[in-house]
Amino acid sequence: MTTRATEIWVGIFVAAGLAALFMLAMKVSNLASYSGDEGYEVSARFEDVSGLKVRSPVTMSGVRIGRVKQIDFDDQALQAVVVMEIEPHHNLLPKDTSASIYTAGLLGEKYVGLEAGGDEQNLVQGDEIKLTQDSLVLEKLIGQFVSKFMTEAGSGDK
Amino acid sequence: MLDSLQLLGRKGLEFFQRLGRGHLLLLQVLAGLPGLFLRFGLVIKQIYAVGVLSLVIIVVSGVFVGMVLGLQGYNTLVDFGAEESLGVVVALSLVRELGPVVTALLFAGRAGSALTAEIGLMKATEQLSAMEMMAVDPVRRVLAPRFLAGFISMPFLAAIFSAVGILGGYFVGVGLLGVDDGAYWSQMQDKVDMYDDINNGIIKSLVFGVVVSWIAIFEGNDAIPTSEGVSRATTRTVVHSALAVLGLDFILTALMFGE
Repeated sequence: MTTRATEIWVGIFVAAGLAALFMLAMKVSNLASYSGDEGYEVSARFEDVSGLKVRSPVTMSGVRIGRVKQIDFDDQALQAVVVMEIEPHHNLLPKDTSASIYTAGLLGEKYVGLEAGGDEQNLVQGDEIKLTQDSLVLEKLIGQFVSKFMTEAGSGDK
Repeated sequence: MLDSLQLLGRKGLEFFQRLGRGHLLLLQVLAGLPGLFLRFGLVIKQIYAVGVLSLVIIVVSGVFVGMVLGLQGYNTLVDFGAEESLGVVVALSLVRELGPVVTALLFAGRAGSALTAEIGLMKATEQLSAMEMMAVDPVRRVLAPRFLAGFISMPFLAAIFSAVGILGGYFVGVGLLGVDDGAYWSQMQDKVDMYDDINNGIIKSLVFGVVVSWIAIFEGNDAIPTSEGVSRATTRTVVHSALAVLGLDFILTALMFGE
């Protein structure tokens, strides 16, 4: 009888442990939002992708439809090449979709925002997005602002 | 001068002898593990002793650690208007660090010390020698099931600790302080990664399970067979386990989240 009670308790213990693991996996982590099947890949070239990381979100109209899969540097064109994996059920994006790198909030993380064009044909595996806009670098912006401010202040003195 | 050198040498030799005995014992225990699957009842009994009976302290500590994290995190985050990130703060600190580490420390105090005292007393009352007289290998019969039980229990305990802690943080943050319910979970799901965070936490708790169980059975088996020796061995188990867990945690964190 004691062994039976012991075994039942151990069974409860293991079940509670597995339930906790299941909760961590499904409720706490992002495992639930992984789609099992592979999406299709499209690439885009940018002059500046600073701040963008692998697994950063790719959104359209603010809805996440994929993730950045790979970031490379093209030695010939001297540009950054971003490969994005779009979820397979979002397969009706027009061919002339444009891609920009935005910041979530003022200091938040970077993400790729797609904007639809009007082409009849759709993007498919291996396509490249031609229209791109670079990442906004806050330091550069402040630098431009400061230098502009300085020249204006200088010309005002004359 | 020569005397102090001799003392240093003796201490050094003793240290390395203990280290060697510890590793030899670990090898013997590991060699005894496959045979355990034929007599899994022994392991289940030990899982009951080290796992199920530790459940109360793990759950209570988990709830309170989660509640404190919720309270402190909220007080800091609310200054930046970022109290919606409370779920991320609570979940990441629990899953990555506090879950495995605090569980291992509590486990060393609750179960490791009990293992050492039990094995040490078995040695002091010559039960282990009696087993050998009957041609029963005490390493396979007594030590290996306890080691395996500790190894199996630790990740479950750590997972329960983290899960209960997140619920504790939810209770304080959402229930008492008024953080938005949906934001608590959705921000958490957005930022906590299954492979980077949760798997690494489980790997940590597996490593701690091996180390704490190993130290506990080694100290018990290596205890001087007197009442004083057993009490010293029990103390050493808790102290050495805590030091090993905290040191290893730093190394594991540097390896996992270092880049």
